[in-house]
Amino acid sequence: MNTEKLSNLAMNDNGFIFDPESGYSYTANETGIFILKRMANGMQRQEIFEELSEIYDVSEDNFNSDYAHYMLMLEALDLIDFEGGTLESGLE
Amino acid sequence: MKKTYIAPNIERNSAGNMNKYGAKSVVKYQDKIDGIPVKEIVEQFGSPVLVLSESQIRRRYRRLMDAMQMHYPKVRLAWSYKTNYLGAVCNIFHQEGSAAEVVSGMEYGMARRLGIPGNEIIFNGPGKKRHELELAIKEGAKIHIDHLDELYLIEKIAKELDLVPQVAIRVNMDTGIYPQWDRFGFNYENGEAFRAISRIASGKAMNIVGLHAHIGTFILDAQAYYYEARALLTLAQRIKDELGITVEYIDLGGGFASQNTLLGSYAPGEFISPTFDQYAEAIGAAFNESSFVSQNLPTLILETGRALIDEAGYLISSVVGKKNLPSGERAVILDAGVNTTITAWWYKLKVTPTRPFPGAYQNTIFYGPLCMNIDVVRPAVPFPDLQTGEPVLVTPVGAYNNTQWMQFIEYRPPVVLISETGKLEMLRPREELGDVIGREMIPEHLRSQ
Repeated sequence: MNTEKLSNLAMNDNGFIFDPESGYSYTANETGIFILKRMANGMQRQEIFEELSEIYDVSEDNFNSDYAHYMLMLEALDLIDFEGGTLESGLE
Repeated sequence: MKKTYIAPNIERNSAGNMNKYGAKSVVKYQDKIDGIPVKEIVEQFGSPVLVLSESQIRRRYRRLMDAMQMHYPKVRLAWSYKTNYLGAVCNIFHQEGSAAEVVSGMEYGMARRLGIPGNEIIFNGPGKKRHELELAIKEGAKIHIDHLDELYLIEKIAKELDLVPQVAIRVNMDTGIYPQWDRFGFNYENGEAFRAISRIASGKAMNIVGLHAHIGTFILDAQAYYYEARALLTLAQRIKDELGITVEYIDLGGGFASQNTLLGSYAPGEFISPTFDQYAEAIGAAFNESSFVSQNLPTLILETGRALIDEAGYLISSVVGKKNLPSGERAVILDAGVNTTITAWWYKLKVTPTRPFPGAYQNTIFYGPLCMNIDVVRPAVPFPDLQTGEPVLVTPVGAYNNTQWMQFIEYRPPVVLISETGKLEMLRPREELGDVIGREMIPEHLRSQ
């Protein structure tokens, strides 16, 4: 999974995201921005879950399902790229 | 304590998404019905549960009567049993002063069970059977004749019983509404309605007491009722002039729209459904300009059902599970589906969370629990992230649901009434296996496997 574009995004803590390259802006919710910031720093799903679950009350199964869905959203917005692979390979 | 988790979400910002009415996309929450916490109702009756509000029913009834009486004083409501024929619901309307409007022998029996005398029952419908008509005639019900064969049959029964039935005819007409309901009754424009009345008069076996029409359902143009009332009053005048018969009442049927939003509608129902005042003004205009009315002061009967009770009904349903669809939309599986909430097939029902939610929403489809593709309670709507087991409110569901609901795959949920004093009253317990198979028989040779 290519997450290079994420490091160029300007993100604030309230969920506002600006992409200087395309000019688009986005709004993410609390957990959305939490994950995105960590992905931009190169963190993987497992590490993100460990950090997130210290703050939020969520099971790993529940998180994994939502995380996969979130990756599809990011891919649809052209913010990440599975590089020709599937979502499954992208998640690894 | 850890923070409440919500599923991650991101959306691209775009200008111009607001619709022209400026409706907020923010989903409001509702945690109480008539002051009773949803949580408490679920604890007591389980989920799903259909909740009806007595005070909201009475309020709507009084609001309609007030609006109508501003324009024409002699107005009466006949409660449309098919809209919701739970005994408690019918009796709320009867206590308020409604007559009963029934469309089958079964509904006739329901009204009689509640102690409604025959002369307080309007018997409509195209499928009345001989034994049902005999009973209705004996008990003095007002029979609204749908077709000529029924007319002949009533005449025959009247002679056999040596009684004079109280009858009206149902009239269909063009009021500019599409689709035009021309399958019920006798046509106005081609003179069939007048011929039917002439035929009844010449038979001398029945007493013509009224004229009835019902132009359609969910009528979003109040003016249609002006044309309907005007046509019936013109017909009444002609009957008086040419046959010397003066009808006692003009029954305009029902069809007033509730605040629900039709599936194909862009704007929400609360913006486009006419108010009671708009309907009353249209009907009042036709009555007040009619010479038949000024000379005879007929009773105006309305059979409004949906608009009186739809908003008083709430379905509390809980989240069984969630899934992510390949389309990118979120899907929520509820424990009640179209078997319970059949009106989901023609309305965009409102789904409301029962607690406040932080953050952004994502497009969410609400499915029911049935293993059938048709089981969609609400197509995609922006919604906060729900947790498994959490209840939501599906509204408005007071009309046509607990009469048309299906005994299919699941047991039907309990129906509960919140009384005016805030007491929770069970109207119909949750079904059990015995309710489903109680009348089923298995032939001897099929009793073992």
